[in-house]
Amino acid sequence: MAKRGYLKELTKGVVKENPVLCLVLGTCPTLAVTTSASNAIGMGIAATAVLICSNAVISALRKFIPDKVRIPAYITIIAGFVTVVQMLVKAFAPAINDSLGIFLPLIVVNCIILGRAEMFAGKNPVIPSILDGIGMGIGFTAALLLMGIIRELFGSGTVFGVQLLPVQILIFILPPGGFFVFGMLIMLANKLNTRAGKAVKTTPCAGCPLAESCSKRACSEDGKEAAENAD
Amino acid sequence: MLIKSLIAVFLAAILTENYVLSKFLGICPFLGVSKKLNTAVGMSVAVTFVMVLATAVTFPIYMYILVPSGMEYLQTVLFILIIAGLVQLVEIVLKKYIPALYKSLGIYLPLITTNCAVLGVTMLVLQKVGPDYTYIHALVNAFGAGIGFLVAMVMFAGVRGRLENADIPKSLKGLPITLVAASLTSLSFLGFAGFVEKLIPLS
Repeated sequence: MAKRGYLKELTKGVVKENPVLCLVLGTCPTLAVTTSASNAIGMGIAATAVLICSNAVISALRKFIPDKVRIPAYITIIAGFVTVVQMLVKAFAPAINDSLGIFLPLIVVNCIILGRAEMFAGKNPVIPSILDGIGMGIGFTAALLLMGIIRELFGSGTVFGVQLLPVQILIFILPPGGFFVFGMLIMLANKLNTRAGKAVKTTPCAGCPLAESCSKRACSEDGKEAAENAD
Repeated sequence: MLIKSLIAVFLAAILTENYVLSKFLGICPFLGVSKKLNTAVGMSVAVTFVMVLATAVTFPIYMYILVPSGMEYLQTVLFILIIAGLVQLVEIVLKKYIPALYKSLGIYLPLITTNCAVLGVTMLVLQKVGPDYTYIHALVNAFGAGIGFLVAMVMFAGVRGRLENADIPKSLKGLPITLVAASLTSLSFLGFAGFVEKLIPLS
């Protein structure tokens, strides 16, 4: 029984609750580093490593971190692991370090990691949290890879540097192409989800770790009025 | 010469290197808070304010404390903590002394800690540091990045207002059509490529 539960934690992140395409978390790196498939894989692995470690530590410390300061505490833990990963990548894969650039340290504000800390690791024991981290990491990497392959194939005519298409549609590796491909992928995910009879998430805030405090305020239609009433 | 280079940095930060539309920083608020014009403006002003303040604090700390002591690797941890602390401080100060401003900006402040555009700008300006790029350039760059964010948000709020009543396929509704609209908005910013270099030739 327990085994089946563990398997569920592991697999839910890959398809059912894919962090990028279903929960719509971590949009910035998804758009920025998917100009080629190898970049996408590098980012995916780096973020997965941070996610697994931070999930494990946060869940181990969940009873010691006071509720009021949990977000700063989570951010500090995540920042520590990001620094470790940054140093490892710099030492062992300098090419990836150069191509990811600023987005490697920016894993620290990636909402997937803070989001999983807030939604899962802060409430569950260590082993399920690690499995959740692995599953979500694989889901993130898979979605990034899919986008990376599409954009590299159309934008440079290659996949992992292997020439496949004779034409290059440059726009796909430029910023507009990123937004467009991501929009199309989410449309596909929505379509598959509605066919399977599941509710479609329409707001990008839905999966954000701060959505709860935000939806009452800035993100809601009548945010202004709500804020005034709250005072 | 200094004024000229400052103007170049400022215009580049708004147009050619727009943080949202060409660097993909701060996409979450860009998609989440751009539904209405007044919330879009409020969020952008708060982001601009925190960006300039954060750069003003992190730049000297990095240059005069971390670099001389060889602890550059602490950059990520230190910067995110400084930003989180600053946001909290600004919130408290505004609430106490300028309640009117707090009412219009305060609700956006907690969201800014995890806004990657703020952390991004404090780190990116440090990569450009050189003899022609000083503390003042960094501050102007941060201010320009904030204004660029404002321009993108306001433009996009207008585009989204039009989309509200459009008749589109069901599975495109919501986020997908927003992303397609963002794609077209960012396409328009591609037109600025090389614009600043032509306008203000430096050398």
